[in-house]
Amino acid sequence: MMENTAERPFTLASFQAYMNEGRLMGSRNRATGEVFAPPRPIDPATHSDDMEWVELSGRGTLAAFTSVYIGTSAMIDAGYDRKKPYVAGVVELEEGPRISAQILGLDAARPDMAWIGRPLRATFVERGEGEKRRAYLAFETM
Amino acid sequence: MRKLNRGVAVVGTGMSQFGSFPEKTTRDLFVEAFQDMRASVDRGLDPNDIEAIYIGNYSSDLFEGQGHTAPIMADWVGLAPRPATRVEDACASGGVALRQGILAVASGLYDVVLVGGIEKMSNLPISGVTDALATAGDVSFEIPAGFTFPGFYAAMATAYMHRYGASADALLRVGIKNHDNGKLNPKAQFQARIADLMAGRIARAQQKGLPVPGWQNGDGLPPRRRGQPAHRLAAAAVRLLARHRRRGGRPAGQRGDRPPLQRRPALRRRHGPGQRHLRPARPAGADRAARRRGAARQAYEMAGVTAADIKIAEVHDCFTIAEIIATEDLGFFAPGTGHEAAEEGLTSRQGPKPVNTSGGLKSKGHPVGASGAAQVVEVWKQMRGAAGERQVDRDVDLALTHNVGGTGQTCVVHVYERR
Repeated sequence: MMENTAERPFTLASFQAYMNEGRLMGSRNRATGEVFAPPRPIDPATHSDDMEWVELSGRGTLAAFTSVYIGTSAMIDAGYDRKKPYVAGVVELEEGPRISAQILGLDAARPDMAWIGRPLRATFVERGEGEKRRAYLAFETM
Repeated sequence: MRKLNRGVAVVGTGMSQFGSFPEKTTRDLFVEAFQDMRASVDRGLDPNDIEAIYIGNYSSDLFEGQGHTAPIMADWVGLAPRPATRVEDACASGGVALRQGILAVASGLYDVVLVGGIEKMSNLPISGVTDALATAGDVSFEIPAGFTFPGFYAAMATAYMHRYGASADALLRVGIKNHDNGKLNPKAQFQARIADLMAGRIARAQQKGLPVPGWQNGDGLPPRRRGQPAHRLAAAAVRLLARHRRRGGRPAGQRGDRPPLQRRPALRRRHGPGQRHLRPARPAGADRAARRRGAARQAYEMAGVTAADIKIAEVHDCFTIAEIIATEDLGFFAPGTGHEAAEEGLTSRQGPKPVNTSGGLKSKGHPVGASGAAQVVEVWKQMRGAAGERQVDRDVDLALTHNVGGTGQTCVVHVYERR
């Protein structure tokens, strides 16, 4: 894990800004070393707010998934529909936490239980127009 | 374990017809439920005795463009001005509204309160409903991944199946059972057995010369074709039901199943609800079950009972996997064995632990903020022997309701004792 000492607040905007830079960041309790992704400002176990940003490797394995035929409006705008389903999943990161993301490189029309446990790596998909354009976290097969 | 300062009794319950009613608003449906409730009270209810109102409502704001719904409902049934509070905990709104009503009575502030749940979800197109429901997920970290609510629970199903070796047939079993029950519930939205729905689909496929779906008529499960994973078959049935749901509509020739008005014992809620607010959703949450079980454990401790004592339960089967997980979280079956219990029929009306005799959310319908309140109607009827054709064949002196919000961030469990 690469250390990052930038003093950005532990907000969604910071997490998003990092993603726009192509970096998947978590937060880490300085005292216990526990890593959180998405980045929590407060450790729920110790209630400490002595956190630091930490860059995550982006490597993980698929823990759960679904093929979505009737998606959210945002995914419909991104071109997905009943004829072009997508895979959404939960990825267990190498550092421990689990995070939700679109999964690329799998055929949503042919779901397979054997996908669970499959190694994945983080990537970022840019969507939206103009000021709304931003990076979305996704994982792809390796 | 702390207990309530005094006991709280359910003295009447009622509900509107569940279904899709383009010509009605939540107000109209609430009036139906209110009148049904009034008629259920053994020696009659003077509405003037009602001192406060608690209404579970997830999102009339998004579904109907109407906020501030509690005082509006109270006013429409003639109960203004009284304290009227809307309770929102996603799909657990109704169950948590009950909890707030119980706490208010137990506190001594009120003796009689009205608890309800409302939701009208059929005004919006499917994409609007998908987006409105998605706001009960984490719109910062989960929804951008493309998750929808069916998607969350489908992901839970894959994680559960992978971890415990469950087959999709187990999920299908839950759907078959709940529709068998719902067919006997005149208030249910989908009063049809899955076999009947599939028979219709097969007939249509044959008529059009299309491939016939993999399903056998009757109660039997579809044979698993060589090389075809079971989850495909279940997925076909799920899609079929989704279509049925969109068509919606009120089945013809229904009547209310109002219980007879003779004197019946009141149900006393025993010492209290358990509720926990959990950490943000983990769709792959099979390994987070210990936290989800907290609400059940608290409720059992407050009531001084165990899972084995519970005769029937209405559990939150917003999707079939949710019922399997719920029956484990409630301690009815050991973790990882709920799917076997479902396949063995242990949760059928005739089984040792009947679950969702009303048809559950699956067949009765799931107007999200109303579901937790409607669960109470079923246990009330079953405990009083007034559930008609779907009445279980044993004395129900202890019952339970289990209502989940979101993907498990809220879980509220109530235990009911007949005295």
